[in-house]
Amino acid sequence: MIPLDYYLILSALLFTFGVIGVVIRRNVIIVFMSIELMLNSVNLTLVGYSAYLGDPTGQMLVFFVIAVAAAEAAVGLGIVIALFRLRRTVNVDEINILKW
Amino acid sequence: MDFVDIIFVVFALIVVVSAFIVVFSRSIIRSAFSLLFTFFGVAGLYVLLNADFLAVTQVLIYVGGILILILFGVMLTTNVVSVEIKTGTLQTVPAAVIVAVLSGTIAGIFWFTEWHTAPAREGPTTKALGTLFMTDYLLPFEIASILLLVALIGAAMIARHERGTEGGR
Repeated sequence: MIPLDYYLILSALLFTFGVIGVVIRRNVIIVFMSIELMLNSVNLTLVGYSAYLGDPTGQMLVFFVIAVAAAEAAVGLGIVIALFRLRRTVNVDEINILKW
Repeated sequence: MDFVDIIFVVFALIVVVSAFIVVFSRSIIRSAFSLLFTFFGVAGLYVLLNADFLAVTQVLIYVGGILILILFGVMLTTNVVSVEIKTGTLQTVPAAVIVAVLSGTIAGIFWFTEWHTAPAREGPTTKALGTLFMTDYLLPFEIASILLLVALIGAAMIARHERGTEGGR
């Protein structure tokens, strides 16, 4: 069986890619995708622990993470579409209408 | 190196390469489709980890739901061939430093900690998960369903065409 460390390192790598995407990209939809990458990496960690401890509780947590991620994606993309209709842009550094 | 190791390496490569493309590709549509392979790769890793029901859920919800939603977002907000994006001068060096420190810390913790492990449990997980959903996790389960309903209504409200008109496009 593959050591647990390999799964953990893989999910750390995936999380890092997500962070890079959030930090350096300007398109808000790419930022969304990067957030999904980070959520997936955390899910992978939880499932890894769950499998190697023989305890299904970790998988329960993953279900709730997935549910919240689905809600987040729906509301977030709704906001993006409304913003695009208003401002004609999806670049995060041009969206500053909450700034006073 | 036996069969399981090879499968793990293949799925890990799929996940890493496609995640790289998601983050660094210049075409947003390519990012979106590359995300598909990331999700499938993670689902494959779930199967390797004996989480069969979760793997199917991953494919159904992430690939069938969230990815389609993202694709709709892409197509409603960008002309697909646009070549913009990438920060240019926007603080690439501090970002690189922070990300390197962060990933080093996480990977170091993961690698140097002695994780306590138990013998793996074989067989399907669906029954155990269903039992947990209906006993210990019943309240979070109901709260999650209410959250999904609220998100559904909220997303429809926010993305509606105009505030005054009924049933806008």
